[in-house]
Amino acid sequence: MTDASMDPAARPAKSGLTVTDARTRKRNAAEKRFRAYGMAAIGLGLLFLLFLFGSILKSGLPAFTHTIVSVEFTMSQADVDDAESKMLKTKAYENFFIAALQSQLEASALDVAFDAKAIERIVGKTGGTIRSHFKDNPGDIGKPVAFELAASSRVDGYFNGRVTRETLVDSRFLQLTDLDLVDALKEAGIIQSAFNWNFITGKDSGVDNPGGAGLGASVIGSFFMMLVVLFLSLPIGVAASIYLEEFAPKNRFTDLIEVNISNLAAVPSIVFGILGLAVFIQFAGLPQSAPLVGGLVLTLMTLPTIIISTRASLAAVPPSIRDAALGVGASKMQSVFHHVLPLAMPGILTGTIIGLAQALGETAPLLLIGMVGFVAREYPEGFIAGFTDANSAMPAQIYTWASRADPGFYEKAWGGIIILLLFLITMNTIAVILRRRFERRW
Amino acid sequence: MNDMRIVERDVKTNEVKIAAKDVQVYYGTNHAIKDVSVDIEDKTVTAFIGPSGCGKSTFLRCINRMNDTIDVCRVEGDIRIDGDDIYDAKVDPVQLRAKVGMVFQKPNPFPKSIYDNVAYGPRIHGLAKNKADLDDIVEQSLRRGAIWNEVKDRLHAPGTGLSGGQQQRLCIARAVATEPEVLLMDEPCSALDPIATAQVEELIDELRKNYSVVIVTHSMQQAARVSQKTAFFHLGNLVEFGETGQIFTNPVDPRTESYITGRIG
Amino acid sequence: MPLSWLILVILAIAAIGYVLGRSRALQSANGDARDLHSLPSYYGAYVGMWAVVPASAILIIWLLAQPYFVNGQVLGTLPDSIVAEGSSVGLVMSDVRRVAEGLETAIAQGAVSRAEADTMDVGTTDIREMLGDVGVALGSAVSAEVLTAAQLYRGLNATGSLVMTVLVLLIALGGAAFAWSRSNAQFRARNVVERGVLALLIGAASIAILTTIGIVFALLFNTIEFFRLYPASDFFFGTSWAPSFSGRGGASDLGVLPLLWGTFYISLIALLVAVPVGLFSAIYLSEYASPRVRSIAKPLIEILAGIPTIVYGLFALLTVGPILVSLFGKETVGWMSGGTAVMTAGLVMGIMLIPFVSSLSDDIINAVPQAMRDGSYGLGATQSETIRQVILPAALPGIVGAILLAASRAIGETMIVVLGAGAAARLSLNPFEAMTTITAKIVSQLTGDADFASPEALVAFALGMTLFVLTLGLNIFALYIVRKYREQYD
Repeated sequence: MTDASMDPAARPAKSGLTVTDARTRKRNAAEKRFRAYGMAAIGLGLLFLLFLFGSILKSGLPAFTHTIVSVEFTMSQADVDDAESKMLKTKAYENFFIAALQSQLEASALDVAFDAKAIERIVGKTGGTIRSHFKDNPGDIGKPVAFELAASSRVDGYFNGRVTRETLVDSRFLQLTDLDLVDALKEAGIIQSAFNWNFITGKDSGVDNPGGAGLGASVIGSFFMMLVVLFLSLPIGVAASIYLEEFAPKNRFTDLIEVNISNLAAVPSIVFGILGLAVFIQFAGLPQSAPLVGGLVLTLMTLPTIIISTRASLAAVPPSIRDAALGVGASKMQSVFHHVLPLAMPGILTGTIIGLAQALGETAPLLLIGMVGFVAREYPEGFIAGFTDANSAMPAQIYTWASRADPGFYEKAWGGIIILLLFLITMNTIAVILRRRFERRW
Repeated sequence: MNDMRIVERDVKTNEVKIAAKDVQVYYGTNHAIKDVSVDIEDKTVTAFIGPSGCGKSTFLRCINRMNDTIDVCRVEGDIRIDGDDIYDAKVDPVQLRAKVGMVFQKPNPFPKSIYDNVAYGPRIHGLAKNKADLDDIVEQSLRRGAIWNEVKDRLHAPGTGLSGGQQQRLCIARAVATEPEVLLMDEPCSALDPIATAQVEELIDELRKNYSVVIVTHSMQQAARVSQKTAFFHLGNLVEFGETGQIFTNPVDPRTESYITGRIG
Repeated sequence: MPLSWLILVILAIAAIGYVLGRSRALQSANGDARDLHSLPSYYGAYVGMWAVVPASAILIIWLLAQPYFVNGQVLGTLPDSIVAEGSSVGLVMSDVRRVAEGLETAIAQGAVSRAEADTMDVGTTDIREMLGDVGVALGSAVSAEVLTAAQLYRGLNATGSLVMTVLVLLIALGGAAFAWSRSNAQFRARNVVERGVLALLIGAASIAILTTIGIVFALLFNTIEFFRLYPASDFFFGTSWAPSFSGRGGASDLGVLPLLWGTFYISLIALLVAVPVGLFSAIYLSEYASPRVRSIAKPLIEILAGIPTIVYGLFALLTVGPILVSLFGKETVGWMSGGTAVMTAGLVMGIMLIPFVSSLSDDIINAVPQAMRDGSYGLGATQSETIRQVILPAALPGIVGAILLAASRAIGETMIVVLGAGAAARLSLNPFEAMTTITAKIVSQLTGDADFASPEALVAFALGMTLFVLTLGLNIFALYIVRKYREQYD
C-alpha cells in the first residue's frame, strides 16, 4: 500500500540549525511587523480612551466651579426708604453695592482705575438681587450683610482659561480693560472661584443663562426612571428566565420567545422610543415627558440584557443542587425558588446593575417621548409626582445643553457627563464587587 | 501485519540523530522531567512508553520546542540534533520545526482542502518553485502518507470530511511535506480504530527508511510492533532505554518489568 | 373611587382571604398541619390568588375597553356639521376630552358644583373663561355641541367607572369566597398555586413576544397611514429630502435615499475604523499578549463599550469636529467647512465599535481549537503565519458575523449622528460634508410640536420601519452565521 519512494537525495541541501537562512529572516521580519500591528491597534484603542477621558475632564471640570464676587455692606432703614422712593429702585440698590465694592477695593490699596460700568459688566445688574434680599429678610436692615454674587459667564471663562486677554474681543459683555479691574479684585480677595453647588442641585435654566443651569432636576428624573426599571425589569426578567431555563419544554413557543429575546437585544434604541411614543403615549394615553413612560421604555430595552445574564447565572447552578432538593420530595417549583434562585442571586443582581447602568446612559428613546432638557425646570412635588410630572433625565439634559447656541452650555454638558460617568462608574464598581465577593465556582 | 510480532531487529546501529543530555522540564514549580539523557538514532523508530503523566509527551515536545508555546514551561539541559544545540539562542524554532515534524494525538487537519492542508508547510517554507512543483510535492507526500489513492480524486474537498484514520494519515502526509529529518508522533493512533491503527503502523514502518521516527504510545503492543528502540519513562525519569526486544523480554529495571507485566501504570 | 384605592381594596381582600383560607384548611384538619395535603400557606395563597387574578383581569380589560366604548357613544351624538367645520373628528374629540377634563378639574377645585357642571350651557356661562380660571387653557371658545358632548362623555365615564368598581369588587369577593369554600385538608392547594405561578412565569416570558408585536404594530399602522398620505414609490425612490414644516403648507419631499446613503456612508467609515483596530486588538490579546497585559488591556478597551452614546456624541461635536476642521478646514486644504460631517460621526462611531468588534472576535478566535495552532506550529509556521493562514480562515464566518452585528449597531446608532453628522440630507461622495441618517431624522421629525397626522411626522414611522427591517435582517443573518460557526467546533 505504500508509494513512499521519493528519493531522499532530493532534499534541499542541509543547513545547520544555528544559521538562519534568508527566507527565515524574512518570515521573522513579517512576524515582527504583524505583532507590531497588533500592539499598534491596542495602543490606538487605549489612546482613544485616554483622549476621550482627557477631553471630558479638561472641558468638564470648569463646570463645577463658578466665580463669585463677595461684598459686605450695611443698609440702614433710611437708606432702604431712600432707595424705594427713587424712580429706578434697583439702580439705587446697585449703587450701594458698587460703592461698598469700591471702598473695599480702596482699602486693599491697589492701584487700579475704578469704573462702575465695568462692575456692571463683571457681575451684571445686582440691584434686583439685593432689593429682594432686604424685602425677604427685613431683619437684615441695619446689619452688615455679606453678598456673594455670581460673576458673568465671560469672567467665569477668564478664571478658568476659556477666555484670555489674547482671545477677548471688546463687546458690551466684557472689555479688555475690565480684566485689569478683575485682576485687582482678585488680588483684593473680592472676586474668587468657588464650588458651584447650583450645578449639582439646580434645574435647567433659560437658553441665555448658562451660568444658572443645573443638573439636579434631571438627576431626580433619572432616579425615578431607574426605580421603574428596577422594579419592573428585575421581577419580570427573573420570572422569564426561570421559565425559560427551568420549566420551558422544547417547543415552537419557547423557540419563538428565545428568538424574540435575542433579536430585541439588538434592536436600535430609537425603535424602542417609537414604541413608547406610539403605544404608551398615543395608545394608552400616559402623560408625555413622564419618568414613568421613560422607565417603561427603558424596561423593555433592558429586559433582554437582564434575561440573558440571569439565564447564565441560573445555568451555572449545578444540576446536583436541583436533584438534591427533588430527592427529598420538594416540588420542581420549590427546588427552584428555595435553592437555585438564592444561589444564582449574586449573578442576577450583577447583571441587573449592569443593565441599569446601560439604561441610565440611554438618550435617544427619551427624546421621542418628550423627556428633553428644557422640561426639567422644577423639582417634582412628592413621590407620585416624581413618576408622572414632566421631567428630563441626565443624558437628555446633556443633549439639550449640547444643542444650544451659547458655548457656555457646552461646559455644562461636559460637566454633566462627568456626573453621569460618576454614576455609571459607581454602579459598575458595585457590580464588580458583588461578583468578586459572591462569585462561586462549582 | 500480525499483531504481536516483534519486528526483526537490525542489529547494526545507525548514527545518532538526537542527543539529549540532563534535560529538566518545569511547569511552573512542577518538575516534570528529571535528568533525562537519551541518544536517538537516525532511520530508527524509537518508542517512548510509560504510564500517563510520566513525562513522555512532554519530553517529545521538547525535541521540536513545541513547549515554547506554553508560557509556564521551562526547559533546561542540552538537546542536540546533528550536533546543533536546539535551545541555542541562535536557533529559530520555526526553522527547527520544519526539520522536526510532528503528528499529534488527535488528527487535526486544518479546515481547508486536502490539497491546501498538505501544501501549507511547503508554502510557508518556500519549498516549491512553482505550481507544478507544489503539485508534485503534494502528490509525493500523500503517497508517502499512504493516502494518495483514497484522496486523489477529491484533493479539493475539505480535509475535515475524511474519516479519523484518513485524517491522521493526512496529518502525517502534511508533516512529511516539509521534508523533515525527524518525525515526532504523539500517540498517533489513540483516536483511531484498529484497522486505521494498522494502516498507520504500517506507514510508520515505511517512514523509517527515510526518517528518524520518535513515537509516544500507550500501547505496549504497538511499541513492540513498530519500534526498534524503546524508552520507558516513569514519574519524569527515564528508567530504561534499549533495544525493544530486550526491554520487552528481559528488562533490567524492576519498574520496567512491573509496567510491562501490568502491575503499574 | 380612584383606581389606586380600588387596587388597594382588592389587595386587602386578598390578604384577608389568605388568612381565612389558611385557617379554614387548618380547621378542616383539626389544627394538625400534618394532615393537610399542602403546607397551610398554600391554602392561603390559593384564596389570595382567586381574589386577585380574575378581578385584575376584568379591571385591565375594562380599562382598555371603556375609552373605546365612550368615544363611540359620544361620536354618535356629534352632529356631522361640527366635524365638517373642524379639521377632523380626532381634533373635535380631543376638544371634547379637554373640556370634560377641565370640568373635572373645576369640580375638584370647587369652582362649580357637580350638578352645575352637568347642566351648564354655553348661553349662560363662558366655559373657556371659567376653565381658564382653574388652570385649563383652551384654544378656542367652546361650542354648544362640544359642551353637550363633553357632559355626555363625563357622564358615561362616571357611570362606567362606578359599574367597573362594583363589578371588580364583586368578582374579587366571589373569587375569594369560592376558593375559601374549597379549602379543606384533601384539596391539593400546592399544585394549583404552583400552576398559577407557572402561568405567571410564562406571562413574564411572553413579554418579549408582546414587545416585538408592539414594535411591529406601532411601526406598521403608522407606516400604512403614512403611505396613504404620501406615495410609497416617492418615499423609497425619492432622491430628495426636504420636509416642509407642518402648518405652513407646501409639499414635502420625503425620499429615503439620501438618508439611507448617509446612514451607509457613516457606518462604512465607522467599520473602516473599528474592524482593523478591533480585529488586530483581538488577535494581539488572544494570541500574543501575556496574561498580565491581557488582564489590564482587555477591560480598558471594554470601557469604551460602557460609555453612553451621548458622551460620544458630545465628543464628536465638540472635540473631534473642531480637530478635523483644523486639519482639513479652510486654513489648510479646504475640504471641510463645518465640524459636523460624515467623517466626524464615522470616526467617533468607529471608536465606539472597537470593543464590540474586538470582544466578539476575541471569543471567536479563542473558540478555534488549540489543536489547529499545534498543527501549524508543528509544521514550523511562525505565529503570524498560523494566525493569518489557519486561525483567521477558520474563524472567518464568526468574524464576518461579528462585523455584521457591528454594522447593525452602526446603522441604528442615534446620538452620535444627531450631534456629529449634521442635519442636511445629501447624496454626496465627499466624506467631509455634513450628511444625515435615518435615525437622526426620526428624532428631528418626532420631537417638537409635530402634528401626528401630518406626513412630515408619520414619515418617522416609515423610517423606523426601514431601520427595523434593516437591522433585524442583519442581526438574523449574523446570528445565523455565528451559530453555524459555533456548531462546527462543538
